[in-house]
Amino acid sequence: MLKILKYSFYDLMRSRWSYVYFLFYLLLGVVLLFLNNDLSKAVITLMNVIIILVPLIGTIFGVMYYYNSREFTELLLAQPVKRSSIFLGQYFGVATSLAMSLVIGLGLPFVFYGIFNSNAIWDFTLLLVTGGFLTFIFTALAFVIALSNENKIKGFGYAILLWLFMAVIYDGIFLMSLLYFEDYPLDKFSLIATMLNPVDLSRVLILLKLDISALLGYTGAVFQKFFGTSFGLLLSFAMLIVWVVVPTFFIWRIAKRKDF
Amino acid sequence: MPNFETILKKTLHIFTLVILLFATAAAMGKTINVCSTCEAKTIQEGINQASDGDTVLVKKGIYKEVNIIVDKSIILLGENLPTIDGEDKGEIIKIVADNVTVDGFKIINVGTSYTSDYAAIRVIKKNGYLIQNLQLEKLFFGIYLERSDNGKVLNNTIKGDAINEYNSGNGIQLWYCNDVEVRGNDVQNVRDGIYLEFSDNIRISHNLSRNNLRYGLHFMFSNNDIYEYNTFENNGAGVAVMFSKFIEMKNNVFKENWGTAAFGLLLKEINDATISNNVFKENTVGINLEGSNRVTYHNNDFISNGWAIKVRGACYANSFKENNFLYNSFDISYNSNINDNEFDNNYWSNYTGYDLNKDGIGDVPYRPVKLFSYIVNRTPETIILLRSLFIDIIDFSEKVSPVFTPDNLVDENPKMKPIKHDRS
Repeated sequence: MLKILKYSFYDLMRSRWSYVYFLFYLLLGVVLLFLNNDLSKAVITLMNVIIILVPLIGTIFGVMYYYNSREFTELLLAQPVKRSSIFLGQYFGVATSLAMSLVIGLGLPFVFYGIFNSNAIWDFTLLLVTGGFLTFIFTALAFVIALSNENKIKGFGYAILLWLFMAVIYDGIFLMSLLYFEDYPLDKFSLIATMLNPVDLSRVLILLKLDISALLGYTGAVFQKFFGTSFGLLLSFAMLIVWVVVPTFFIWRIAKRKDF
Repeated sequence: MPNFETILKKTLHIFTLVILLFATAAAMGKTINVCSTCEAKTIQEGINQASDGDTVLVKKGIYKEVNIIVDKSIILLGENLPTIDGEDKGEIIKIVADNVTVDGFKIINVGTSYTSDYAAIRVIKKNGYLIQNLQLEKLFFGIYLERSDNGKVLNNTIKGDAINEYNSGNGIQLWYCNDVEVRGNDVQNVRDGIYLEFSDNIRISHNLSRNNLRYGLHFMFSNNDIYEYNTFENNGAGVAVMFSKFIEMKNNVFKENWGTAAFGLLLKEINDATISNNVFKENTVGINLEGSNRVTYHNNDFISNGWAIKVRGACYANSFKENNFLYNSFDISYNSNINDNEFDNNYWSNYTGYDLNKDGIGDVPYRPVKLFSYIVNRTPETIILLRSLFIDIIDFSEKVSPVFTPDNLVDENPKMKPIKHDRS
């Protein structure tokens, strides 16, 4: 598996798309920092980018890579290699290279800007960590979709739909249910609903670091009490890990039976 | 050899000087010293020996006294900050004469009571007092003025240790007082930093009020007052101005008033006030207004607040002009869709319009009330969706065609660049 991971990783590192992705983040970081001159505002804008763009790119890239490398996969399958390790290797290769582009692309301009001497370092680290998690989660989901759909168009369709659901529709349903059940105590419900969507969870984690004064108001205190403690933080990260592990397990299970 | 004329001149000079000295001494009265080896061993003894116009000079030391009654117009002066220790027995200094000055003491351990409001220093129905350079610690009430006019409270430091609202007192309390100046005080860790009730024509300036349990400054039924150049920081619920008219609030800083029910400034039933050149920074709510009419807000800065301004209803004919709204989560929040307030010429950091004719004013009007802020008002739990993509989409569609938010609530002339206020 490690060999295939290495191969996929180097293959992607050589490919144009990784560079485009890397340069995009590099440019974004530079523009945000040196045209803005306000570190905390730059971090807020970055948050918007990370919770929307990272899942989108993870999904699209994952699906694309799977379909594109199909011929190579078929070649590999002829060799005495375990099926699951082929697909898992590919998945980890894609996800790692994407995460690396993100971390280095965003990290470099911030390092040059002097993030180490700023107290925004923790906000920024949290930002990168959640960004990395989101990459792994959505690439895994993309692989699951691609593995279970032979049809490219269908696969892409489902992948986009998945992203749309997580990033937009889920919040819409969430908001509607909050408004519909507004007469009931909703603290627990909203906590659980947030935990169940990795995009929402990442957003709330970062927000609590940034917009603390707004969220502290009224019911915000409940969330602050939960996410502010080390227990809440641990639980959130545990939830993000679950979100990586479960789709990876599915990749492994589908890949075991996968035939061409 | 000195001639006769110079000698005469010199004698004359000395003579005038001596006469002058006598004259001042007579005007100032005599000085009575208080110390452990002096004639007067306690401060009360010193006051008893004095008569109107005298100075009671208290030397450095610790005086364990309570209920010191100042019943003559004297100057009670502390030398090198003598300490008066009340040993938690009750009230410490009570002023019951006009024109009393108390200057330069450290007063500690005021008794706590659930039935009477013990104060470190209290003025009862007397005028022309001057209370300055005191350090109050471990207190219940600090400086308590009741029905006393024309006084000054200057440069005092009040440091309480309040934990619960029900058994703590206020730093400086004015009750039915007029024409008082409160300047340069530093009040912290009490219930209300400065509290005014039924007090008119008060001037509060250059004070620092922080870490108080409830309000940094609290107005009740007090009219025609001015407060300026004060800093209110990290108070339990900020500054509250209630049921008052014609208040001027200028050049103050309200910052870091965080909490579940905290705000920079709470206005309740305030009419005809002016709020200008203030800075509201990092408060949960910058200004919370309820039942306030004809208030003008201009040249204020609202920076990084949760809500810059929260309008609760029954607020008419207020005008918001030339303020800076910078990086607030919500600029304005309304709980109804009726608007009678005017927004004009403000700078909004969330404004996304353009300025084609380059006159510094955006060509597209700005709508400061977002649909989301309206939703959050209705169901507070929805705050967890803040900055989500879905929320941005519905906010955008509401911006294009307002349905829930007040239709006429727009800033027709939003500035393109932050307004530079002259802050002196």
